[in-house]
Formats: sequence, structure tokens, C-alpha cells
Amino acid sequence: MENKDVIIIGGGPAGLAAAVQLYKLGITNILILEREKHLGGILRQCIHDGFGLQRFCESLSGPEYAQRFIDEVRELNIPYMTEVTVTEVTAGRKVTAISRRGVMEFQAKAVALTMGCRERTRGAISIPGTRPAGVYTAGVAQSYMNLANIMPGQEVVILGSGDIGLIMARRLTLEGAHVKAVFEVQPYPSGLPRNIEQCLNDYEIPLFLSHTVVDVKGHSRLEGVTVAQVDEQYRPIPGTEQEYNCDTLILSVGLIPENELSLGAGLTLDSRTKGAVVDEDYQTSCTGIFAAGNVLQVHDLVDFVSIEAERMALSIQECFLSSQFGNAEIEIVVDASISYSVPQKTTGKKDFTLSLRPKRPGRNCTVFVKQENVTIARKKFAKVLPAEMIQLAIPAERIDPEKKLEITLI
Amino acid sequence: MRREYTCIICPIGCDMTAEIEDNEMVSLVGNNCAKGRVYVQQELTNPIRTIATSVLVKGGELPLASVRLNKPVPKASLFKVMAEAKKVILLAPVRIGQVALQNVAGTGADLVVTKHVDAIH
Ligand SMILES: Cc1cc2nc3c(=O)[nH]c(=O)nc-3n(C[C@H](O)[C@H](O)[C@H](O)COP(=O)(O)OP(=O)(O)OC[C@H]3O[C@@H](n4cnc5c(N)ncnc54)[C@H](O)[C@@H]3O)c2cc1C
Ligand code: SF4
Repeated sequence: MENKDVIIIGGGPAGLAAAVQLYKLGITNILILEREKHLGGILRQCIHDGFGLQRFCESLSGPEYAQRFIDEVRELNIPYMTEVTVTEVTAGRKVTAISRRGVMEFQAKAVALTMGCRERTRGAISIPGTRPAGVYTAGVAQSYMNLANIMPGQEVVILGSGDIGLIMARRLTLEGAHVKAVFEVQPYPSGLPRNIEQCLNDYEIPLFLSHTVVDVKGHSRLEGVTVAQVDEQYRPIPGTEQEYNCDTLILSVGLIPENELSLGAGLTLDSRTKGAVVDEDYQTSCTGIFAAGNVLQVHDLVDFVSIEAERMALSIQECFLSSQFGNAEIEIVVDASISYSVPQKTTGKKDFTLSLRPKRPGRNCTVFVKQENVTIARKKFAKVLPAEMIQLAIPAERIDPEKKLEITLI
Repeated sequence: MRREYTCIICPIGCDMTAEIEDNEMVSLVGNNCAKGRVYVQQELTNPIRTIATSVLVKGGELPLASVRLNKPVPKASLFKVMAEAKKVILLAPVRIGQVALQNVAGTGADLVVTKHVDAIH
């Protein structure tokens, strides 16, 4: 068994940014383990541009954004292994991985979980009907087209208005497919407004809100779907059904953190983020196990993934320097106006950035962070959307360690 | 005439309302920065977009290399750009920044490679 200061699981943007930052902070006995043949994570298939506007002040494609970090990893000679899958992490930070060469075991002082996320599938949202070929998640369709040069189909219906689905609507259209419509069960779109504009409106692809697929038809190949309007409880309204002939149904119905390893290590998960519960150091319920990027909370912008991973790296260094791994006891709770917050706990000893997502779209709202009647932080937003994560700074000096933090959006 | 726009220049995606007379913008509200104004102006005269796609690679570890336009082109020429891109075949290895096709469809923009693809040994 080999000893490492930090094992980083996953070589996507989060893992790469964490590795580079750790290295620059002088923590060099580290190793990145990546399951795929190449570093870069999901960005390898995100060939559209719009990445890096915050970080590099230019609009890059996904592969270019990833390559900037891969180049840094190579220049610094940071050790990494590809085609290595981590199969187990224990609470004691023993990491087991397999590759074609066999089984490897490492004992790490700290483990950084950066495994990204998975797509919700048809099963996760339970669409009735037959099970023909031609039903894909948006990410799978994206990898077919952008990595393997396979066209998923010609007559397309998209369910869900997540950003990946919107991007795929444009991509399929440019490649000659006919995208008939996008249906979203919520009364508002779940993707970014700029993607609605440049991926749907530009190509006159209609978006129907408060609509869902109620039936799927076809035997070996998809032949059509039935779509209906839904009421406030998301129940299909009888009499509103419409038939659409199509050979392809793309599902863009959300992402969920990749939790296999986290569950194995016995980490406490948050039912709202679906990722691990962490403190302001990005430390999970297990001492020395940290998480950042999409494995922690699903991000809409990779720029924030990189920043989050760098903050995690800094926390790991601080924990190493002080030989103290925080023990967070102050709870952070959100009310019904907010979907979730990260972190979910704090030690109250450090300033930190709170990330959250509003439950519903709103205008001129203020986020209040309170302890009973005392407001310890607030921030005003001209516009909030569930599609956009919002962040605010929390000053530690104002936190009363005896009371929980309560967050609301008014 | 009042018209609504969503700025696509950055992820903030400002909702803007423009007052337009004779295809001229007389006022604009809702833009967080000056780029929003430039965007609406451009939309009124000649909407432009950048797109990304892939081109075929021969002898590479991947069958495709991703490419994108190095500057925006008129919206009306996007499908011409796609048709030209489909004809391109590059020989591996290809590197980020390499020009896959110059002055694509006469637009003055180039298609530039955005992913390294190594040759198969
Ligand atoms: C299909 C899809 C499309 C997206 N499109 C966009 C977009 O257009 N714009 C945008 O800003 N964001 C997009 N996102 C969000 C994007 O995922 C994040 O911006 C960013 O890539 C997240 O980085 P990450 O490092 O957390 O995860 P990832 O990029 O997913 O990287 C995780 C890495 O961990 C590896 N891994 C997982 N489990 C193991 C294991 N057990 N052992 C070893 N390695 C493992 C994976 O192979 C992967 O390389 C998209 C996400 C998906 C799923
Ligand atoms: S107006 Fe400025 S801030 Fe608003 S979306 Fe456009 S570029 Fe971004």
C-alpha cells in the first residue's frame, strides 16, 4: 500500500483545479485517478463555447477550457493515472482502485472527491409506455455526436429544458435533424436564458412549459410520443394530449451527483443537493474526506467548479498545516424559498462563501442569513432563477456558535 | 415599438427592453453592461453568431476533432458553415488552435480546432 498526502478521485475540471492548487500550495505528494482514457471529464464532449468567461475572460469550448488545466498539470508534473477506476474509499481514507494492470491500494491523509455527476434517466422520472430504442439522455446523445460521430436520429422531441438538452437541440438542428419541440414540466425553463435564446429561438424551436411526455410509442424503434399539459401538481390535464411522431426522444431532466463511493465511505448525504453534506472547508461528515464540483452540487458553470475546487484545496492545506480537521456543528438550514445550500454546516470559525439555488424565479429579491432575529449577511439580487446558482459571503465574526444559520429569500 | 431581448454575450443573460423606431434603437433598459447595447444594435442590423461543430480526423485516436468559429458570422450563413465543415478531413495529429478551414463559406471567419487529437501509433 502506497502512502499519499492527497488522492484526487476524478480528473475533470474539479479534480484538475484541485490538483494544480494543492501543488502550488506545496502539497506535492498527490495523485489524480481518472477512470477514462483522457483527463478533462465531461467537458471533453461539451464542444460549444461559453466556458471560461469568468475565469479567462474569453469564451472557450469545453475541451479548450479543460486543456488549460491539463497543460498546467503536465507542466507541474503532477502525477496522474488514467483508465483507473476507484472502487472503494473507506472512512479511514484507504482508496482501492482497479485498472488493467490490477488492483492498487493507497492510504491517503486526505481524499478529494471530484467524481462529477450522472444524468437522471427515464427510470428516475418514470415515463410510461414502451421501451423502444431512440430514447437517450442528453449527455449520451452529446457523446454520440461529439465523440463518436454517431447521429442519434432525425425527428427529435426533447423532454426537459436543462442546458444540455438546449445545447443538443441546436447541435442536432445544425447537423440536419428536425427538432420538433422542447417540453418542460415546470412552469419556467430550467436552462439559462441565453441558451433558450441562442439554441431554441434562433432556430424557431418551440418550448412548451408545464408540459410532459405521458406516453412513448414504438416497438424496436421509437415512433412517437404523447405530450400533455400539466396542472400545478404536475398532473397531466385530460384532453390536452397531443401526438408527436419522432424517432428520437432526448431527456434533459437533470443531473445527480455520482455517489457510489460516497455511500461506500458512509458519508452523510443531503437529500436536496443529493451530494455529501459538507462544512465551509468542503469537508464531508468523514474527517479528511473532501468534495467539490458536481459531485457536491450540480453546477451550471464550470468556472464556479474550478473556484470551488481551488477553495477545497486551500482548506486541505490549512487542515494539514494546523493538523486540525474542523468539526462543524453549526447547522445551516434553508426555508421553502430555497432548494439547497452548500455548505450545510459550519464551524463558525472561518469566513466562507455560501452557494444556493432559489426554488422559483424571482425579481428584486434579497437573501437573508439569520440567527434567530439577527441578520448576519444579506445580498440583493435583481433577478434569480433556479437555473442559476447564487453566492454570498458569510463573515465568521458575526456567527453565534450556539445557534443555527437560517437562510431565506424574500 | 417595444422589443424584448435576452443578451447572449455572457451567462448573466440580461433581459433587456428596447424602444425601436424605424429599425433604430432609441432607448434600452435592463443591460448590465455596454455589451448588451452592442448586441441589440447588432441584432437590429445583422444578427451574428458563433457555432461549434466537429470535423473528421484520419488516423487519430478519435474519429472527430471539435472546431469552432474564431469570430461570429451572420446567422443566415450558419448552415453554409456546417456544410463546409462536413467536407473537411484532417490528418492526425491535430492540435488546439490549428486552422481547420480558412474563410469558411466566404464569411471571413476560420474554423479552429478546439481539441488535441493524437495520431494512433
Ligand atoms: C452531459 C453534460 C454536459 C454538460 N454541459 C455543460 C456545459 O455545457 N457547460 C457547463 O458549464 N457545464 C456543463 N456541464 C456541467 C459540467 O459537468 C461541469 O461544469 C463540470 O464539468 C463539472 O466538473 P467535475 O470535475 O465536477 O465533473 P466531471 O467533469 O464530470 O468529471 C468527473 C470525472 O471523474 C471521473 N470519475 C468518476 N467516478 C470515478 C471513479 N470511481 N474513479 C475514477 N474516476 C472517476 C469521471 O470519469 C470524470 O472524468 C455538463 C454536465 C454534463 C453531465
Ligand atoms: S448585457 Fe453585459 S452583463 Fe448582461 S448578459 Fe450581456 S454581456 Fe452579460
